[in-house]
Amino acid sequence: MGLRVLKLKTPLSDNDVRTLKAGDVVYLTGIIVTARDLAHKKAVELLKSGGSLPLSLRGLAIFHAGPIVRKEDGKWRIIAIGPTTSTRMEDVEYDFIRLTGVKMVIGKGGMGEKTRKALKEYCCVYAVYPGGAAAIAPTMIEEVIDVYWLELGVPEALWVLKVRDFGPLITVMDSHGNNLYEDVMRNAREVYESLT
Amino acid sequence: MVRDIVRRLVFYAVTRVPRDVYNALRRALVEETNDIARTCLEFMVKNIEYAMRNKIPVCQDTGVLYFDLVVGEDFPVKSKLKNIIYDVVRELTLEGLLRPNAVHPFTNVNSGDNTGRFVPWIDYSLVEGSDLKVSVIVRGGGSEFVAKLYTIPPVKGLNAVRKAVLEAIIDAGPKPCPPVIVGVGIGATASIALKLAQKALFRKIGVRHPDKRVAEFEENLLHDINKLGIGVHGFGGKTTALDVKVEYSHRHVALYSVGVVLSCWALRRASAIIHGDGKVEYDGDEVWD
Repeated sequence: MGLRVLKLKTPLSDNDVRTLKAGDVVYLTGIIVTARDLAHKKAVELLKSGGSLPLSLRGLAIFHAGPIVRKEDGKWRIIAIGPTTSTRMEDVEYDFIRLTGVKMVIGKGGMGEKTRKALKEYCCVYAVYPGGAAAIAPTMIEEVIDVYWLELGVPEALWVLKVRDFGPLITVMDSHGNNLYEDVMRNAREVYESLT
Repeated sequence: MVRDIVRRLVFYAVTRVPRDVYNALRRALVEETNDIARTCLEFMVKNIEYAMRNKIPVCQDTGVLYFDLVVGEDFPVKSKLKNIIYDVVRELTLEGLLRPNAVHPFTNVNSGDNTGRFVPWIDYSLVEGSDLKVSVIVRGGGSEFVAKLYTIPPVKGLNAVRKAVLEAIIDAGPKPCPPVIVGVGIGATASIALKLAQKALFRKIGVRHPDKRVAEFEENLLHDINKLGIGVHGFGGKTTALDVKVEYSHRHVALYSVGVVLSCWALRRASAIIHGDGKVEYDGDEVWD
């Protein structure tokens, strides 16, 4: 069976998201916003208390990532960027997806049951960018549009990135409840039983 | 002079992977039939080549730097080595090559320059002669997150060691950015086991332990790990680990302490020998273009 490769643009519609199945490869054009541990916590607290974020994430993609950046002639440039371990955001991702209307979560390593529930209920996908391939990522970033919450530190800030054909993004958890990693790990456990 | 050499080693370590790791990834790509794994591997190889050409870090997590120094008793510089290393790490962070990763655990304040209490970490050993060997390895957060320690009663023996390592790999799953390089330390105490596991990761891919029994254990373990089929970034396929490195000390009569330290596919290390007369020999597989 061949690989299904899709090119998508933000804002992503519910229809775009529903089309995606675990195992599909996506190249994304549009807006990606970085958010990791502290940004997740802060965003959820703000939205729960009736506040708002510095930008609307509706239809956009968030990226569990903390970049290496440099400021040149007053403009930010991303030197290297790649995903961090997503499970650290598991506790807050459900609320984050519910409250922001984000349509794609990009990270690495997979996520848990609460996130799977949110993906189904609020029509969103979880995709993996190959961890460690950070040098080449800036070639797919056209511009740093803005940065918010820099007071949290460079890795933790919200970096708003304009990207073109950003990927490969492997759809790991789709909006239908499928999880690619679950099958691989179930098989690994079976092999382990037979080996030991 | 030592300063320039350390600087060069750190630069080479973070902006590429050693040639043995690069070749192992390319071999994995040739053998792979899983489409998603292939897509990722191709992209990872392209990323290494891009990083080398453009002198930028392979991965944004430039980790915590771990140095191993083998100091000849007649080498002219000894106690000053720590300051030299700390200065270089500080400098390279401020120049934007290294991401500031050193955080005080009680205040959560990032030192901003990758130096702090006990970091970068330096292991020293003292030997005869007038040479200094400097090795550095980059330890990223993703693979450190899944390190393991096991204590095994002697009646269960080596087979339980093998089981423990397989368990550690399954537990880690896609998290440490496989294909991994597996460091296993079998030691007399918990701390010795983990230290040896880390030390083992300095050995090149494909180079087996000089003791034949250990070498065989490594090969069998590598074979078993790859049977698990976790694959590149957890997408399945033929290569879950690029290699397994085992190091051991004599154990305590009462136990096997087993440390498992994993490296992501982007194992980053570099080393050089500085001779007493000033001649420098870089490792050609690590300092390469």
